[in-house]
Amino acid sequence: MNSNTISRVFIMGFVLAFFAYLFGPLIIMSITAFNSSAFPRVMPWECFSIEWFDVLIQDDKLMLGLRNSLIIGAGVVLLAVPIGLAGALMLTQVSARLRPWYYTIVISPILIPGVVLGISTLVFWDRVGRMFNTGYESIFYDGIFLTILGQATFISAYSMLVFISRLQRFDPALEEAALDLGATNVQAFRKVLLPFLKPAMGSAAVLAFLASFENYNTTVFTIISESTLTTVLASKVRYGINPSISALAVIIVALTLVGAVFFEIAKRREDRAAKAAAQVAAGGRAQAARTYFAEPALMLFVLIFCAGLGTVYFAGTLGLDECKVAVKEEKKRRAAARIKERETLQMFQRAKPGQETGTGAVPPPQTGEAAKGTEGYQGIFAPGNLEGQVESDTGGEPAKGTEGYQNIFAPDNLEGQVGGDQEQKSTGQ
Amino acid sequence: MSADVELENVWIRFGDFVAAREVNITIEGGSFFSFLGPSGCGKTTLLRAVSGFLEPSEGRVKIGGQDMAGIGPNKRPTALIFQNLALFPLMTVWENIAFALEVKGVGKTERRKRAEELLDLIALPGQGDKMVHELSGGQKQRVAIARALAAEPQVLLLDEPLSALDLKLRQHMRTELRAIQQRVGITFIYITHDQGEALTMSDNVAVMSEGVIEQVTDGTSLYDHPETPFVASFVGENNLFRGRVTEADAQFTVVDTNVGPIRARTSTKASLSKGDSAFVFVRPESLKFTNGASADNTIKATVHTEEFEGQFWQVFLDVPGGDKRIKMSLVNDGRQLGHAPGAQVDLSFPAELAVALPEGPLAAE
Ligand SMILES: Nc1ncnc2c1ncn2[C@@H]1O[C@H](COP(=O)(O)OP(=O)(O)OP(=O)(O)O)[C@@H](O)[C@H]1O
Ligand SMILES: [Mg+2]
Repeated sequence: MNSNTISRVFIMGFVLAFFAYLFGPLIIMSITAFNSSAFPRVMPWECFSIEWFDVLIQDDKLMLGLRNSLIIGAGVVLLAVPIGLAGALMLTQVSARLRPWYYTIVISPILIPGVVLGISTLVFWDRVGRMFNTGYESIFYDGIFLTILGQATFISAYSMLVFISRLQRFDPALEEAALDLGATNVQAFRKVLLPFLKPAMGSAAVLAFLASFENYNTTVFTIISESTLTTVLASKVRYGINPSISALAVIIVALTLVGAVFFEIAKRREDRAAKAAAQVAAGGRAQAARTYFAEPALMLFVLIFCAGLGTVYFAGTLGLDECKVAVKEEKKRRAAARIKERETLQMFQRAKPGQETGTGAVPPPQTGEAAKGTEGYQGIFAPGNLEGQVESDTGGEPAKGTEGYQNIFAPDNLEGQVGGDQEQKSTGQ
Repeated sequence: MSADVELENVWIRFGDFVAAREVNITIEGGSFFSFLGPSGCGKTTLLRAVSGFLEPSEGRVKIGGQDMAGIGPNKRPTALIFQNLALFPLMTVWENIAFALEVKGVGKTERRKRAEELLDLIALPGQGDKMVHELSGGQKQRVAIARALAAEPQVLLLDEPLSALDLKLRQHMRTELRAIQQRVGITFIYITHDQGEALTMSDNVAVMSEGVIEQVTDGTSLYDHPETPFVASFVGENNLFRGRVTEADAQFTVVDTNVGPIRARTSTKASLSKGDSAFVFVRPESLKFTNGASADNTIKATVHTEEFEGQFWQVFLDVPGGDKRIKMSLVNDGRQLGHAPGAQVDLSFPAELAVALPEGPLAAE
């Protein structure tokens, strides 16, 4: 193995570790959404189920929060995008000497902590409300209204940045050309600058919506008695969670993926159109643009997506009840077995006290269940532990091992122990 | 329809910097007029003052006899073709061309019809539905012209519109532009730093240097009768001899130079009197090897190199006390020149083909 191979392996390892770090939590969380276990976890796997999506939809608090989040997101988009556009246009108008100052001022809401923005929004509109002597049911104390205003203070600055970067690529000669051809200032703006800024408006709107949707630290102050998705989630985590939150994560991740794929395909289409156009300009022949349906990558993606959705749906509903019943019975049986085992153990200990102590010659127990409940804690560092977990879940016939504690160094013995522990926990749920 | 354009005592300042200094020009309606000057001399600035994007700090711009002060670019009877064309990238070719009509509120069918007519005029029939980036450089050029013509301007302003094209296309577009101008009959004001362009297309040329108009005249006069050292050195090639005036009258001036006294034509505008520092300019093609016949001027020189260029021989020579090598162009008449480097030769030229001008700034090499 030469050094080149080693470095390549090292880099590969690093990349893998990096991706695992980035996406590991997401993947684990997504998997837990499909486990029927009442606590979000992957191990032990109980039944493949989509019931948590049901639970999610039935969760009125969460749904109300989601609804509010969507309303606030829309409000913020409607408020922040025009303000951001105006701010960016203003930047092109102020004199070169004032520009850095202006920029610093309008960008400052991004640098101010969201908590401060939240509190100040609250205080400010409270003052305004008092000035007009309005009651607490007025708009100045409405959580949704205040949250839109509070979030828009810094999200406007975000969308302004989007517009500024687009405007920097605008050729001012185009506006002059429009004026020169007889357009009024308004016409030049509407027919030349605005169409140029259209893509930036899309980006700014998406950015504004996402920033609003995921915001917590400003919202938590301005929302007052209402709730948003983030505030509901935060309070849920405090009171204990179930996998419906994972289900929500799965939905959000899926939507993000779909959005990303569409964005990428749209971008490629644009690139290809530009390339084809360049070819035409260079004297080549025009190619008919492909429709979205002729896009092989997209069609494949849609197919896989639909197939996946269908499979998940059927797998998650068909046979779920049978599986659950089976799991329940399995648990019951194990609990019963454990009880029985304890009794037997006590009986044996009373009958032959210390008979085989110290010999270590007793044949190791046949299955992991044997050692259950006795010296489990002594084996927690053994490599065989993990294997044992899975085995124990498959439910081996409990052996009537008796003197497990005397064989703590036997490898087979160690295998079963953690499995036993797990078993106890899961039955405890 | 065409209109005279007059610039009366126009000054343009950017802070302390003077971009145009005391410009007085009258451009006749229906003519092809060029501003010629090196980069940064203020050509674009002057054009922007005509089109209304900038108000002169002093003086007046008149179009068709009307003072343009306070009238914005969208109200002036001018259309500007930008240095980078500035076609609208998000519109099709015909929408670009019909933009001036669109902002006037002309209906779509009427706009389309007018666009097709203009596409015919610029020899791009049926290309209206293309996007701008699907056109070649020369086609874009022509679309920019059509877009400007659609506004039915009385004056078309062109800011180095050919500078981005390759040589072949540039030469082709020169004739094309001239043809379009003659067809539509409006005033063209053309900016360039390429003297070939200015001389071939224009009725009149204004040579500019550092915000100052040096000379305004037609192409041949500009070449044959330069009035300032800048014009003499900027337009075409010229050999320069420095010296002091020893004799001067209305027709001829004698200047004592490092190669001896030179008798040269007296410039019509410049007045030189005895004792003044003066420049004498002689074109390379005016110099000949002395053939025994008597001439107005004879100078001694040493051959440096001879270069054969097919149609011409270019001979480079050193003169005693000269700060620059002089150049001579001879038409190839089939004879070999065959001077060895270092050969001593006598050159002669008639006084009418040399011009004496007062000392002044020269064009950068
Ligand atoms: N807005 C401005 N502010 C300050 N100086 C300016 C401005 N516009 C032009 N200038 C200066 O005025 C001078 C003339 O510029 P102008 O653009 O007219 O040159 P030009 O002759 O068109 O050159 P080119 O052939 O390179 O286009 C330049 O020195 C330029 O730096
Ligand atoms: Mg210019």
